[in-house]
Amino acid sequence: MASATIASATPVLSVRNIEKSFPGVRALSGVSFDVAEGEAHALLGENGAGKSTLIKIVSGVFPPDRGEVIVDGKAVHLERPDDARRVGIATIYQELLLFPELTVAENIFMGHAPRGGFGRVDWRAMREKTKELLASLEIHDLDPDRVVGALSVGNRQRVEILRALSHEARILIMDEPTAALTEYDVRRLFDIVRKLKARGVAVIYISHKLDEIFAIADRVTVLRDGAHVATKRVAETDSAELVQLMVGRKIESLFPKITVPIGEPVLEVKDLVRRPLTKGVSLTVRAGEIVGLAGLVGSGRSELAQTIFGVTPAEGGEIKIRGKKVDIRSPGQARTLGIAYVPEDRGAQGLVRPMTVRENFSLAALGKVAFGGFIDRALERKLAGDGVKRFSVKTSSLEQVAGKLSGGNQQKIVLGKWLANQPKLLILDEPTRGIDVGAKAEIHRLMGELAAQGLAILMISSELPEVLGMSDRVLVMREGRIVAEFTREQATQEAAGAAMMGGQGVEQAA
Amino acid sequence: MTAATFARAEADPRRLFKALASQEALLAIAVIGLAIVVGLDNPRFLATRNLSDVLLGNAYIAVAAVGMSMVIVSGNIDISVGSLIGVLATLSGTLAVDGAPIAITWLAPLVVGILVMGLQGVVIAYLRIPAIVVTLGMLSILKGGLISVTGGKWITDLPDSFHLADIELFNILPMPVFLMIVATILAAWWMRYSARGRAIYAVGGNAEAARLVGISQRRTVVMVFALHGFFAGIAALLYATQLRVIQSTVPPNLELTIITASVVGGVSILGGVGTVIGSTLAAILIAEIASALVFVNVSPYWIRAVQGVLILVTVIADILRRRRMAGA
Repeated sequence: MASATIASATPVLSVRNIEKSFPGVRALSGVSFDVAEGEAHALLGENGAGKSTLIKIVSGVFPPDRGEVIVDGKAVHLERPDDARRVGIATIYQELLLFPELTVAENIFMGHAPRGGFGRVDWRAMREKTKELLASLEIHDLDPDRVVGALSVGNRQRVEILRALSHEARILIMDEPTAALTEYDVRRLFDIVRKLKARGVAVIYISHKLDEIFAIADRVTVLRDGAHVATKRVAETDSAELVQLMVGRKIESLFPKITVPIGEPVLEVKDLVRRPLTKGVSLTVRAGEIVGLAGLVGSGRSELAQTIFGVTPAEGGEIKIRGKKVDIRSPGQARTLGIAYVPEDRGAQGLVRPMTVRENFSLAALGKVAFGGFIDRALERKLAGDGVKRFSVKTSSLEQVAGKLSGGNQQKIVLGKWLANQPKLLILDEPTRGIDVGAKAEIHRLMGELAAQGLAILMISSELPEVLGMSDRVLVMREGRIVAEFTREQATQEAAGAAMMGGQGVEQAA
Repeated sequence: MTAATFARAEADPRRLFKALASQEALLAIAVIGLAIVVGLDNPRFLATRNLSDVLLGNAYIAVAAVGMSMVIVSGNIDISVGSLIGVLATLSGTLAVDGAPIAITWLAPLVVGILVMGLQGVVIAYLRIPAIVVTLGMLSILKGGLISVTGGKWITDLPDSFHLADIELFNILPMPVFLMIVATILAAWWMRYSARGRAIYAVGGNAEAARLVGISQRRTVVMVFALHGFFAGIAALLYATQLRVIQSTVPPNLELTIITASVVGGVSILGGVGTVIGSTLAAILIAEIASALVFVNVSPYWIRAVQGVLILVTVIADILRRRRMAGA
């Protein structure tokens, strides 16, 4: 077995004390790990733990602030993806980077096609080499002349792997390779990974599916909040330990959830269906209550929110707002019913960047400041001014262009514009993603205040400490269903984490 | 904290500078500055007759640019408007020659303009086909149709009462200039103060965010195109009635001149930003430059090149501004 030889083999790739910061965020703080020839090394961590940043550094997308990348015992400077390719590192991202109009062979040899005389492309050699590559991995059902756009996702991924091999990659990084694959394709992918290992290729495998890690990896490195937590031999660990390593941090005292009397149900959802990602969801949110919705990316949480909000109207099931059955077909209708939705992607879905702070604040409440179709400027300014004060938005004036503000201040505006409309139910999708700690604390304080005023809040968050710290109740979603429910007292990192991952000891929701 | 911040901002002398640095102010300065500079070289340029000819002959471009600006602010584009103006002018003139009541000859281009542009808006918004493709198709249909129907013949023998452009209000204000000013001010006011006007900026600035606050992108786009058709109808009337004949062709690349006026006027080609005051001032500036070229003995053919430079400069400035905004 490959794992037996790891200890003796010199690592083909090691990273040492990598640090990387982005404005307002410390993405990596001193991460080290290494991969040996023929080893599959899994990188594990929650969303935002720093996995993506780490592999982007190793693939030369951007350089680290500090620390070094060592290949074959020599430190290398990876300024561009091309540098990484030259030292034998290839990366297969979740979004496959192929040319759909070109054939399998053309995709594999894009940029380094075999040449004949006068620099012309030697098509025959290209086809032959493609066949050799296919044969080397015992793939017999892929025609080099097929157009890639006509292939299944699994086959496209194989083309990417072949492309990496055509560059004689010795280190192959795979970022969540099974996210879009069928079971059958996953098995075929594992076959290929095993063959690559046998050929001495080092594979760095990023996933948060524990069963896959146990099936394919030799060692696993766990990252948390940008730091290295542990590296374990897969044979010497179990899923309970890995979950605990992933989420096991103490909750900072950042979350000032005030205990307030819980009132009548504001939102009642029963057996809500919207294919493909909402498969019969039931939940209730009451006045004054913050309900946290935990789950992995792709578990269907944002899709559920958008179905409740009418962006993608429900196909089945029932929604009641304050006891009355409603049929929400559009966001405008949801707004009229007193629902507010602060979307996940503030830049793309929330803020109108070229508009001023004033205009952004009044956008969801134009009906409240416009009379006979015309906007009352004084009223609008007052509304925006109140919002700026209430949310302590740091802006030079109300006429400041909103796109120029910092991320935290933009988020406050996106949140604030909905409150101008005096909603009864607030759905927050990743309310503090990508904003600095100070702004985060303020958003949390505001959420507490709003709940105290009787607003019902449904909060989606991928940060477990945030969910556990802010919520009166925690619901866990996996694969389009609510799989667990915890009270504030019951909810622990381990229990919620296990439910998210589908590990053992999951309490089924009633 | 915030109250104090505002107080300081109000008193900030940089605000005056900022106001002066707005696209509209820069254009106004350019219009006046150019007149002075050229006038010093050749005083005949400043003759009332020349200046009023410049305004009279180009008012229809400014009026069409009002609608175009709305379309571009909403995140779309229209390249069919030049051909549409030709069709509407011919339609109106044909009705007049056939003896239709004057009110009908004036109303028809407005109604047909709204219908044609509104239809394009429906195709763009509801079938989700890019505006450039839809309007390119319409451009060919209108241009080809017009030449085929008229056989390239000009319309003459127009009744005197048809000539809207000849009317002078209070014996001093020519109708084209009056309509240009009224259209600009009304549209500017409406875009600034109405909820629907605000919706145009929201849809153009971030369609997804607009949708999530319940602003219908589709309805907004159809409305904008219908309005654009209305202004194209007025522009066609001014164009049709400024001479004694109606040619079956419009000036080449008329739509590009109109788009130039919008873009140079500060309307962002990426949508969400701009005013019709800017586009009207830019239309005047472009006409003024064309006239000035003649007075300083430069071939008027250079006007296209000058337009090109203006477009590139404003678009590059706009993109750089946006990029800085996104970076902050």
